[in-house]
Amino acid sequence: MTSAAIYVENLFKRFGKFTAVDSISFDVQRGEIFGFLGANGAGKTTAMRILCGLLAPTSGKAVVAGYDVSTQVEQVKRNIGYMSQKFSLYEDLTVFENITFYGGIYGLTTNQLAEQRSELIERLSLQSETHSLVRSLPLGWKQKLAFSVAMLHHPQIVFLDEPTGGVDPVTRRNFWDMIYDAADRGTTIFVTTHYMDEAEYCNRVSIMVDGRIAALGRPRDLKTNAGVATMDEVFYQLAREAKRGAE
Amino acid sequence: MRMLAYILRKEFKQIFRDRLILVFMTVAPLGQLLILPLATDYEVRNVHVAVVDHDHSVQSRALIDEIAHTSSFKLVQYASSMKQIMLAIEDNNVDVGIDIPVGFGKGLGNGVPQTVFMAVNAINGMKANVGAAYLTSVINDFGVETAITMHPELRQQAGLSVESMSLFNPHMDYRAYMVPGILALLLTMIAVYLTALNIVREKEIGTIEQINVTPIKKLQFIAGKLIPFWLMGMLLFVMGLILIRVFYNIQPVGSTTLLIGFAATYLVAVLGLGLLISTIAETQQQAMFISFFFMLIFVLLSGLLTPISSMPEWAQVVTRFTPIRYFIEVMRMVVLKGSTLYDVRFHLLAVVGFALFFNGMALMLYRKTSR
Repeated sequence: MTSAAIYVENLFKRFGKFTAVDSISFDVQRGEIFGFLGANGAGKTTAMRILCGLLAPTSGKAVVAGYDVSTQVEQVKRNIGYMSQKFSLYEDLTVFENITFYGGIYGLTTNQLAEQRSELIERLSLQSETHSLVRSLPLGWKQKLAFSVAMLHHPQIVFLDEPTGGVDPVTRRNFWDMIYDAADRGTTIFVTTHYMDEAEYCNRVSIMVDGRIAALGRPRDLKTNAGVATMDEVFYQLAREAKRGAE
Repeated sequence: MRMLAYILRKEFKQIFRDRLILVFMTVAPLGQLLILPLATDYEVRNVHVAVVDHDHSVQSRALIDEIAHTSSFKLVQYASSMKQIMLAIEDNNVDVGIDIPVGFGKGLGNGVPQTVFMAVNAINGMKANVGAAYLTSVINDFGVETAITMHPELRQQAGLSVESMSLFNPHMDYRAYMVPGILALLLTMIAVYLTALNIVREKEIGTIEQINVTPIKKLQFIAGKLIPFWLMGMLLFVMGLILIRVFYNIQPVGSTTLLIGFAATYLVAVLGLGLLISTIAETQQQAMFISFFFMLIFVLLSGLLTPISSMPEWAQVVTRFTPIRYFIEVMRMVVLKGSTLYDVRFHLLAVVGFALFFNGMALMLYRKTSR
């Protein structure tokens, strides 16, 4: 349990009469790329928000980076990065200013910040756009920048909520290269997606249906168990069992 | 502290980058300060008077002359009948109509009391009341003067007369009363709207979630939001004070430092209200409506437009829970009367109370982890 980056046991979240997350349990190993799949409204984002300390669970236990999300939420936040479904950089600030702001509030020193910033700008080839407003960047660049900003403070775990939504296939591929890079450097990746090709890139995936985890394992094993050739079919088999509609 | 510095830097960059908001938080309110007081003028002047003179005597003409030369009145019509005047009143062209009867001059000469008929357009109650009262006194004075001219011995019979003197605003300058209040209102609106909308905007675009997932302390985040708006508010207030000195020649009788100090405290209170609204509202539209609700109460119950002492009892009680009421009172007390810190100590205490309440509530309701 201590070796796991994320450890979840009977995690339960209810909003009024609606059970969004229904007693899920799983763990994610350090350095793993963990795909968190599910149809719209299956409870993925809710579960992820609990793991990030943005939402308090109704009951159950979740330990992230060695800290309990119910009682040590500030320590959890210090050790994770998060990229939300909504684009979360300031569009009215420049690339430079966004990096400086987020680096600053994560407590990077002035030197670290300067180093990280130039390294990041170089890695994303944003040299010519350093002082452009983020608003003016193409979506793909924005997403890559948002991911890099979420990684500024070298978190142990990074949570990505549909990071490649609406992005073209080439940029998507680039984005996954960045994810692999981060994983190679030892960062645990927790990612939700609707693209089944991306699911194949993950070490392990879980598929949520109606607030429960309906399947969990390596993509290869899931396909074998279901007796199908693609993750698409695995997903389809499980998702059509869903009782509740999309949100 | 370092974190706070990063937040402040970001907030200031955003404020100065949004030119439209910048204009609306500085130039626009100051422009309003110059124009609005001209419109909110309750002084009764330009009372439109129409006369029917059935007498055509020296005395009747003298009375009409007297009225025509009184600065508050404007003689707009010599009518041939009262009926004609009534029609003019119905068209709202005439405020007061006077009918001078046949034999008016002759009667006055013989010392017989004369009656002048007066018809008042009461649609605008204020103008009607004041105008009619003033016109009555002009006519009475005329009667007394005429009597004395013809019978000088009457002067010996001393009548009783009341002389009044206006304290603190000797020339009854309406602007000296309104302008400080309007400045207080503008400052309040800017503070509440800007804070509420700014934070709710971050909720809408989702950046607040990104902030909430960082180890930032909520006190740091809130301070980072309030300090820039506080500074902008103070700048606006000081510019406002300079402006009313230059344009209206209103120089506070009391201490300007006291005004600034009070405004500084008051701003913390109203910024706290904006903050509180932002914790409740999820969208900018909600924030606008909630702010608007409070603003309307503030405008009507602040004592800005109507004296609190003439409100019904229940309304007077409500005004005690209206922070702007204290600020407007202090503005007027210090600007017109030269009140000191000691005089406004209870006002200050009330405003400190509001500051603690609003900010405390907001701090309690703002959660980095929702439920």
